Amino acid sequence: MLRFLITKFAQMIPTFFGITVLSFAFIRLLPGDPATLLAGERGVTPERHAELMALLGFDKPIWQQYLLYVADVLQGDLGNSLVTRQPVLEEFFTLFPATLELSICAMIFATVLGLPAGIIAAVKRGSWFDHTLMGSALTGYSMPIFWWALILIILFSTPPLSWTPVSGRIDILYFFDQPTGFMLIDSLLSGEKGAFWSALSHLVLPTIVLGTIPLAVIARQTRSAMLEVLSEDYVRTARAKGLAPSRVIGLHALRNALIPVITVIGLLVGTLLGGAILTETIFAWPGIGKWMVDSISRRDYPSVQGGLLLIAGIVMIVNITVELLYGLINPRIRYRR
Amino acid sequence: MKRTLSMTALGLIMAASVTAAAEAKTLVFCSEGSPEGFNPSLYTAGTTFDASSRQVFNKLVEFTTGTTNIEPALAETWDVTDDGLEYTFHLRKGVKWQTTENFTPSRDFNADDVVFSFARQWDKNHPYHGVSGGAYEYFNGMSMPDLIKDIVKVDDYTVKFVLNRPEAPMIANLAMDFASILSAEYADKMMEAGTPEKVDLEPVGTGPFQLVAYQKDAVIRYKAHPAYWRGKADIDNLIFAITPDASVRYQKLKAGECHVMPYPNPADIEAMKADPDINLLQQEGLNVGYLAYNALKPPFDNPAVRKALNLAINKQAIIDGVFQGAGKIAKNPIPPTIWSYNEATVDDAYNPDTAKALLEEAGVTNLKTAIWAMPVQRPYNPNARRMAELIQADWAAIGVEAEIVSYEWGEYLERSKSKDRDGAVLLGWTGDNGDPDNFLAVLLGCDGVGGSNRAQWCYKPFEDLIQKAKVVSDNDKRAELYKQAQTVFKEQAPWATIAHSVVFKPIRKEVKNFKIDPFGGHVFYGVDIEE
Repeated sequence: MLRFLITKFAQMIPTFFGITVLSFAFIRLLPGDPATLLAGERGVTPERHAELMALLGFDKPIWQQYLLYVADVLQGDLGNSLVTRQPVLEEFFTLFPATLELSICAMIFATVLGLPAGIIAAVKRGSWFDHTLMGSALTGYSMPIFWWALILIILFSTPPLSWTPVSGRIDILYFFDQPTGFMLIDSLLSGEKGAFWSALSHLVLPTIVLGTIPLAVIARQTRSAMLEVLSEDYVRTARAKGLAPSRVIGLHALRNALIPVITVIGLLVGTLLGGAILTETIFAWPGIGKWMVDSISRRDYPSVQGGLLLIAGIVMIVNITVELLYGLINPRIRYRR
Repeated sequence: MKRTLSMTALGLIMAASVTAAAEAKTLVFCSEGSPEGFNPSLYTAGTTFDASSRQVFNKLVEFTTGTTNIEPALAETWDVTDDGLEYTFHLRKGVKWQTTENFTPSRDFNADDVVFSFARQWDKNHPYHGVSGGAYEYFNGMSMPDLIKDIVKVDDYTVKFVLNRPEAPMIANLAMDFASILSAEYADKMMEAGTPEKVDLEPVGTGPFQLVAYQKDAVIRYKAHPAYWRGKADIDNLIFAITPDASVRYQKLKAGECHVMPYPNPADIEAMKADPDINLLQQEGLNVGYLAYNALKPPFDNPAVRKALNLAINKQAIIDGVFQGAGKIAKNPIPPTIWSYNEATVDDAYNPDTAKALLEEAGVTNLKTAIWAMPVQRPYNPNARRMAELIQADWAAIGVEAEIVSYEWGEYLERSKSKDRDGAVLLGWTGDNGDPDNFLAVLLGCDGVGGSNRAQWCYKPFEDLIQKAKVVSDNDKRAELYKQAQTVFKEQAPWATIAHSVVFKPIRKEVKNFKIDPFGGHVFYGVDIEE
C-alpha cells in the first residue's frame, strides 16, 4: 500500500513539471499581453509598454522567467496576481471551497439518483422505465447548460413560484465570518437563524444544473456495466443457488459492475473540481472556474499558471484515491505489500 | 480573496439578522463583476470605479451626478492664471475621513492629502509609487506626467498645480476617477506598519460610503459614512451582489433580490418595459462606435473613396438589427451629450447609387478590402460581427468585396494600430472626462497615428483646430473650434460614424432619485428607497 502510494507520488513529479512547462508556455502563446490589455482601447505607447512589462517582470528572457517561476513554485510561492496583487495561492484557496462544495453536492445528487436508476434500468431491461431513463439520460447529457439553468431559474426562482433564490451562495443580508469557506458549515457555525436553510436553498438549482450531465453519465454507465455483469456465469450460478434477487444484484452483480462506474465518477469529479465555468457564471457562484477564465482573458500569467498547477494537483490526488477505492471494492486488485 | 474588514459598529447591525437589516435601508446593486482593487488610480475598468471612486472617494472637482458638468467638491473654488499654466485650488474645510478598523483619522482632509494622491502617481521616487504594481494607466493615458511641472502645497488648504503647457481640459481631467483623493495620514500609518498595499485594498476616503467587507466574485458591503460632508446618504447600507450574467441579473431584479442592475441584455428590454415592478431609465451613452478606414493606404487615402463607402452603409438597418433600438445614428465623432456637439452637421444619407458613382469617378473598380469585427461586446457596439456582416452586404451592393476578419481582443487592439493594416476597423470609444478633446485629439489627432488613431489620419487643418482648442481657456471659443473640427472631419470622412448607444438602466419601482451617469458609472449617493 505504502509502496503503491510512493510509486504514484513519484509518478506525479514529471507530470507536475510537465504542467509547469505547458501552463507557462500556453498562456504566453496567446496573443496579447497583460500590459496591452491593461490599457484597453486607450492603447499604450511602445515605451510605456516596455516600462510596464519591466515593471511586471516580463522583460527577462523567457527561459530565465521560467526558471525563476519554477524556483518560486518549489518554495511554495505561486506569485501574485497581476490584477489584484494578491498571492495566487490565497486567491485560489479562498474560492476553491465554493467550487468544492458545489461539486460535492452535484456528485452526491448524480450518484444517489444515477446509480439506482442505472441498476433498475439494467434489471428491467427493455421495459418502459429503461426506455424512459435512457431517453432522459441522453437528453440530460446533451442539454446546453446555459439554457437549462435559465429555464430552471425562470420556472422556480421568479414569481409566481419563487421557491428557490436566483443566484449567489446565501441571502445577501446574512453577514458573518466564514472560517471554513463551506457555506453550509459556516452558516451552521454562525448560529444565525435561517442561515443554513438559506445556504441550502441557494445550492438546489446549481446542484441540479451541475449534476445533470454526471447523472446521465453515471446512469448510462451503471446500466451497461450491470448488463454485462448480469450475463456472467457467476451471476447465473448465484441465481441457480436460489439466492434472493436482491442479494444477487446487490452483492454479486453490483460490486463487480461498480469498477467502471467508479472510474467514471473519478473522472467526473476531476472535471468538476476544475471549476464549472458556466454554472458558476450563471449562478454567480464565486468559484475557481470563473476565476480561471477571467485570469486567462486578462492575461494574468501567475494566476493562470498557479491555478492550472493546483487544479492538476487536485485531479491527480483524486485519481490516486479512485485507484485506492478499486481495491476496497474488488479484493482481486488489492495492493500487496 | 476574502477580506472581512470585520464587524465594525454598523457592520454588526448589518450582521444581526434579516429583520434588523430590513429596518435599515439597504440597497442592493447587482454588479457585473469583481473590482480589480479599491484604488481607482491603479486601474481603468468601470467595475473598479463603481466599487471605489464613485462610492468611497471624492475628487477636487466632480461631475454633477447625471451630467458632464463640473462642480466643486473637495476644492471649493479655483483660479487659473492668464497664461493657463497655474491652477490654484482652495480646499474645503471640515471634511472628515472615514473611520475603519485599521484607521482612525486624527485630522480632517487637507492639502497634504491632495499632494500625496497626485505625487504618488506622478513622482517616480515617491515611496508609494511602486506599491501595488505602480501602473497608473489613466494618469499616464491622460498625459499627466508630461503635463504637470509641479504640485505645490501653498498652505493647509491651498494647492497649486503648475503645468508645462496650457491644457484646457485640465479641470475635466481632475474630475476623473484616477484623481480621487486618498488619505496621506492613512498611507503613512500603513507604511509604518509595513503594509502599504492595504491603502489600495481597504480604502479610506471622504466619500458617502465606506467599505465594510469584500468577498471576491460574491459581494461587496458598504455602510453610509455618517460624517459625510454633503450630508449622510439616504440609504444606510449599500451592497453589490456580484452577478456576471445579464439574464440572471434581470431575474434577480424581478425576484426582488436586487434594486438596480447594469448592462441589461437588449433582448430583455421589451419585457422590462412591460414589467410593472421595474422602471427602465434610458439615456444616450457618452460613446461613439465607428468604422475607421486606413487613410495611409490607397485607395482609402482618397477622401472621395471613403465618402463613397460611407454613403453605401445603411445605418438605420444597423441600429435596428444590431442595437435592437438601443442606439442612435452617429453623425459626429462625439456624442450629443458632450458640449460643442455640432448639430448642424449633415450626415451621409444612405444612397448606394451616389456611392457607386463616386467610386467610379475616383477610378476605383473591383475594390477588395476587409472589415475588422471586434470579438467582444461593447456599449458602442453590442455585436460587431453582425454589424460587419450588414456593412459587408451594403458594400457588396456597390461592387465592393469585403472579407470579415477578427482576432482575439488583445490581438485585435494591437494589430488594428498598425499603419500598414489592410481594411477598415470597427471600434469605438467611451468618454473619460466629458471633454471633446478626449474624443477628437485622442482618436483623430496626429499623435495618435500608429496608436489610438485607428484611421491613421493626420490632417493639418483638423489638427490645427484641435491643438488651438487645447490652449484656449474660454469655453465658447473652444466650442466654436471643435464645431469647425467636426465639419472638417465630416468632409474628410476618415471614419464612418456608426452609432451612439442608448444606455438602459432597469431599476425597481421603489428606488428613487437614481440618475444614469453619462460616464457609464453607478453613483448611489442621493438615491433612496421607498418601501
